[in-house]
Amino acid sequence: MSGIVDFLAGCGRLVRRGNRAYYGWLGLLAVAILIGLGAYVHQARTGLIATNMRDQVSWAFYVGNFTFLVGVAAAAVMLVIPAYVYNWGPIKEVVILGELLAISAITMCLLFILVDMGRPDRFLHIVPFIGSPNWPRSMLTWDALVLNAYLVLNLAVVIHILYTGYHGHHYNKALIVPLVLLSVPAAVSIHTVTAFLYNGMASRPYWNASILAPRFLASAFCSGPAVMIILFQVLRKWANIDIKDEAIHKVAELMAYAMFVNLFLLGAEIFKEYYSATEHLLYTQYLWSGIGEHKALVPYAWTGLACNLLAFFLFLVPKTRRTFVGLNLGSILIWAGCYIEKGMGLVIPGMTPDTLGEIYEYRPTGTEWAIAAGVFGVGFLVFTVLVKVAVPIMSGTFHARAEPETSLPAPAAVP
Amino acid sequence: MSRPRTSLPVLGEGGAPADPSRRGFLRNACAGAALASLSACGLEDFFHKSFRELSKEDVARVLARLEKRYSAQYGKQVAVAGTPPREGVEFGYGLDLSRCIGCRRCVYACVKENNQSRAHPQIHWIRVLEMEKAHGVDLAHSEIYYEADQVPRPGHFYMPVQCQQCRNPPCVKVCPTQATWKEKDGIVVIDYDWCIGCRCCMSACPYGARHFNWATPTLPAEEMNPATHYLGNRPRPKGVVEKCTFCIQRTRNGRYPACVEICPVGARKFGNLLDPQSEIRQVMETKRVFIFKEDLATQPHFYYFYAT
Repeated sequence: MSGIVDFLAGCGRLVRRGNRAYYGWLGLLAVAILIGLGAYVHQARTGLIATNMRDQVSWAFYVGNFTFLVGVAAAAVMLVIPAYVYNWGPIKEVVILGELLAISAITMCLLFILVDMGRPDRFLHIVPFIGSPNWPRSMLTWDALVLNAYLVLNLAVVIHILYTGYHGHHYNKALIVPLVLLSVPAAVSIHTVTAFLYNGMASRPYWNASILAPRFLASAFCSGPAVMIILFQVLRKWANIDIKDEAIHKVAELMAYAMFVNLFLLGAEIFKEYYSATEHLLYTQYLWSGIGEHKALVPYAWTGLACNLLAFFLFLVPKTRRTFVGLNLGSILIWAGCYIEKGMGLVIPGMTPDTLGEIYEYRPTGTEWAIAAGVFGVGFLVFTVLVKVAVPIMSGTFHARAEPETSLPAPAAVP
Repeated sequence: MSRPRTSLPVLGEGGAPADPSRRGFLRNACAGAALASLSACGLEDFFHKSFRELSKEDVARVLARLEKRYSAQYGKQVAVAGTPPREGVEFGYGLDLSRCIGCRRCVYACVKENNQSRAHPQIHWIRVLEMEKAHGVDLAHSEIYYEADQVPRPGHFYMPVQCQQCRNPPCVKVCPTQATWKEKDGIVVIDYDWCIGCRCCMSACPYGARHFNWATPTLPAEEMNPATHYLGNRPRPKGVVEKCTFCIQRTRNGRYPACVEICPVGARKFGNLLDPQSEIRQVMETKRVFIFKEDLATQPHFYYFYAT
């Protein structure tokens, strides 16, 4: 028991310590969280009328962010596969960082669902035994199930590896390897189920396409690793973690392939819609060219596509993906492109025009932006804290009976 | 405008095997699988049971408590019934598109009868679409917010849409908490005290029939209709979904829905599909009916037809 207390106290010390940039970052996150909290209090008091969602567009910004982040959560862990196949060396680090990112992303996902609920006070109604979950019929029930299972799975792996690492033991292979192997299909499942949540709605032709789940996975394989690429570089520089150049460049290369698949699937959908030109074309049209004077999404749609295309070429050409600028610019472009595509670009055209043909142009309110900022603040804070603890453990500077972040060798263990 | 008719024998007093001691039975009303739920304040709200799990006594208690609460809130005697579906009844609705003139009296009669929020948000369970004759039933060429000095306008026809009470309701399938379900008489209902406000059902409904209380509904006390049903027109809280229930508080007591009563041109027909003598069966047998968005296989209890 004292081991746990000791560990937690050490973690506390690690989190408190940092340079000015670290504290500035924490301050920024705190501001975002406070703004979000204030906005949420307002929304809770007045109701969801504080958003610009209405009966016509009844899911919007929150749900879009949720969808994008499920992709991030899924793909971070899926990097385990290439890490293993290509023998990147620091596979343990890749696994841990991927899972930390997954934990933070899932935290944000759950928060986005919570702020989107009309009656968050009744969340227990979906919990087995306490409530009455509509399982297996409702996709949202499935989604709640797999997201929480995935969160628990990742937490278990990370906590075990870090805790044993802290105490200088090797982690329990018989426990961890199966769990990590399980987390890969689990990652696929969270994104597939989230796609099915939309996909299963026959009333919304824009979503009711079998290509949706594959597209989700393809774009997730772009957006999740984009974060990892930036993170790898940061950690390489400031923490003592050896991640080879080839590994990072390989991730970028894989992202180029994933982006190719993503763009190909998009093209397949565009062809089908415009060539067959049925009444279902309207939704696609609303996204790309607008309907009449209703063009709210059009600039975003093209910006997203431009980002994705540019990033694709940056990562496809070995010369550009191996440069510092090409690599990081590409990652940011992919992040932006997928954010538009999987967020608003997915949710809003699904509901515009609505099922009775009415066009309601949705734009998020200040409250929605503020709450989203708060949720991202929480997610980044969770991630920052987790990384702050995990990195010293992984690099061996933080372990039992040693002052954290000292370069002195740990005292010999008492027999 | 015709005088409102009340208490019509929609269910056929002497027709199909009526159940014994109906009124008395209806008063206690709460037997069977599909009824009410708890809804007080505080902890009881938080830890109450799902709906269809409540015992007969629990249901009676819940209804009594709601009556007390609403009566105090609106300053009048409010009744909250839990009338269950009746054996041998399956409701059907017919709408004669050749008669409808787009006057929207049904919309406002519905608002009044069913205690919908008047403004911010304004909730209408019935939406009347103005369509161009040249295009037929084509949603891309329809208009909900038509403003006309006089209806019908030349070159247009009108198509009111409300909950189609599907036999195969997509909204029920997607609800993560089983807060909405199909009753034995075909009415799809919502437990406002169990809905978590996720709005999956609104995404799933092909008819735009489900509406959300984006804010606390505005319902002036003097306009509040005190004859309510737990699953129907009782006042709704903020943050839950609501929809047309074929006026469950009326029709389970043998009355017509408010929209049928108010319609000045008799475009709306209603009755028991299982009763061969009912008006709706006459429509089905003598007219050619069609259903809205039949390609989605929702199999509505709501039929459109052209009588002339």
